Amino acid sequence: MSLTLADVEKIANLARLELTEAEKKQYLEQLSAILHYAERLNELDLTDIPPTSHAIAQQNIMRPDVAEPSLPMEDLLHNAPQQKENQFVVQAVLDDGGSA
Amino acid sequence: MDISKLSLVELRAMLRRGEISSVAATEAMLDRIVDVDNDLQSYLTLTDELALEQAQAADTRLANGDSTPLLGVPVAVKDIICTEGVPTTAGSKILEGFVPPYDAFVVQKLKAAGAVILGKTNTDEFAMGSSTENSAYVTTRNPWDHERVPGGSSGGSAAAVAAGLAYAALGTDTGGSVRQPASFCGIAGLRPTYGRISRWGVIAFASTLDQVGTFGRTVADTTALFQAIAGHDPNDSTSLNVPVPNFEAALTGDIKGLRVGVPKEYFIEGIDAEVETAVRRAIAKLEELGAEIVEISLPHTSYALPVYYLIAPAEASANLARYDGIRFGPRVTGSDMIDSVKKTRALFGPEVKRRIMLGTYALSAGYYDEYYGRALKVRTLLKQDFLNAFEKVDVIATPTSPTTAFKIGENVDDPLAMYLQDIFTLSVNLSASCGLSVPCGFDSKGLPIGLQLIGNALQEATILNAAYAYEQFASWHKQLPVHGKL
Repeated sequence: MSLTLADVEKIANLARLELTEAEKKQYLEQLSAILHYAERLNELDLTDIPPTSHAIAQQNIMRPDVAEPSLPMEDLLHNAPQQKENQFVVQAVLDDGGSA
Repeated sequence: MDISKLSLVELRAMLRRGEISSVAATEAMLDRIVDVDNDLQSYLTLTDELALEQAQAADTRLANGDSTPLLGVPVAVKDIICTEGVPTTAGSKILEGFVPPYDAFVVQKLKAAGAVILGKTNTDEFAMGSSTENSAYVTTRNPWDHERVPGGSSGGSAAAVAAGLAYAALGTDTGGSVRQPASFCGIAGLRPTYGRISRWGVIAFASTLDQVGTFGRTVADTTALFQAIAGHDPNDSTSLNVPVPNFEAALTGDIKGLRVGVPKEYFIEGIDAEVETAVRRAIAKLEELGAEIVEISLPHTSYALPVYYLIAPAEASANLARYDGIRFGPRVTGSDMIDSVKKTRALFGPEVKRRIMLGTYALSAGYYDEYYGRALKVRTLLKQDFLNAFEKVDVIATPTSPTTAFKIGENVDDPLAMYLQDIFTLSVNLSASCGLSVPCGFDSKGLPIGLQLIGNALQEATILNAAYAYEQFASWHKQLPVHGKL
């Protein structure tokens, strides 16, 4: 199928990617070509074929519920772009009025 | 004696006999890196001081009669594998300056084995690519022809090993990223079975397809590194809790009675004639060595590429959601929180954005069944092809790549042409088989050609021994590239 520019913008928003106008045009063309190529999968009759969602099927791998040492807080915060009092600092996500 | 020309196995034996020191071997590698790597650009980060410390410690232990599996052997690690205290970028600007607080399990294993880590090698951004041109940092060149790519995504590791800048190296292989660069650079590269090696601390691309792999100039070298890092890890619930065979001891060179399948779907239009000739000749050698050649069919082969390019981007789009500029990596501040995340994620390179977009679309409401869901079902058929084949044969032999190394810039504007590079390798990942590439000749331009050998899940010993038998006979690994000029 062919995508539209609106589709590209919608996907970019879902993926939280800021794209330039040039990128949008380029991806519109390239993604349409790749999806068109992928449509050859429609040739196959997949009735009753189960999906394979894992490389090697394993289920419920458990470990004993025993506390183990974790990395020191300062090591884990070391890479943060902004931190304060052992926490990651981000912009406000709630409205100024605090109504949320 | 040129220390850099020794194989890992030769070096290890000399270290144990006290005929050479780890410091001397490490210095030889570091000197050579200074000479050659300005042109080649295989390393992103050199850890020379750490390496010399590790080498000194190894020499002390060697003098005391210690002999852990890789004691004193200098190796390289792909820069998508976390190393404590050493920058790890995944070839991406979005991880610029990131210094992991821990070692990946495989790096812990390397250190426990006594290896000396020379540095971190270049990679396509988040391992997405077949030429290493998608690295946000440098363009690695092929040691056999500096105008050509080394393959990818583990192109830095492959080029470093081929050029004698490490005795062996770690890579990762999600769709062929160890085997194809091994083929392009004329060395041996193994992609083990999914679950054979822990992925803990390996930056995720596609979680049902990713696996750590190993490079060596010889099959035995590749095997020695693999042996050191294989095994169960409680921190990776997908790592298999099964015994690890003695792979090195399995290299007997005896392949009498081995059943080698040749799938007709892999000798198709579009494959380079010189590649086909070399691979067919290699298969004939296997027969001379006592193998039985069987024509087989993997009927769904032509669907592997579209399946892969739906599943891998879908998994990637989920895995890469974590790069939001909040907990690690750079942050680009925008008008609000969401805007900051979007602006920060604009640091991803074009191929990564393309795959995130593709994956997001394939998983989005209304298209999930049509694209991702359908791809998962065809994956079942592909897997069944291999299981059926492995009832008749022990090993499947194919070309690793349809061509030899292409020129830098040749495929960058056409993603589909670049994706076709992986056409012979990615079924191994989709079917959870294991595979390797071993050199099987050169084309008329002097570029290496690779033979791919595929085995059933957990049958690495079988394919390694077949490759070893072939290598002993063919000796392509004795030809080394010439460096120092562009």
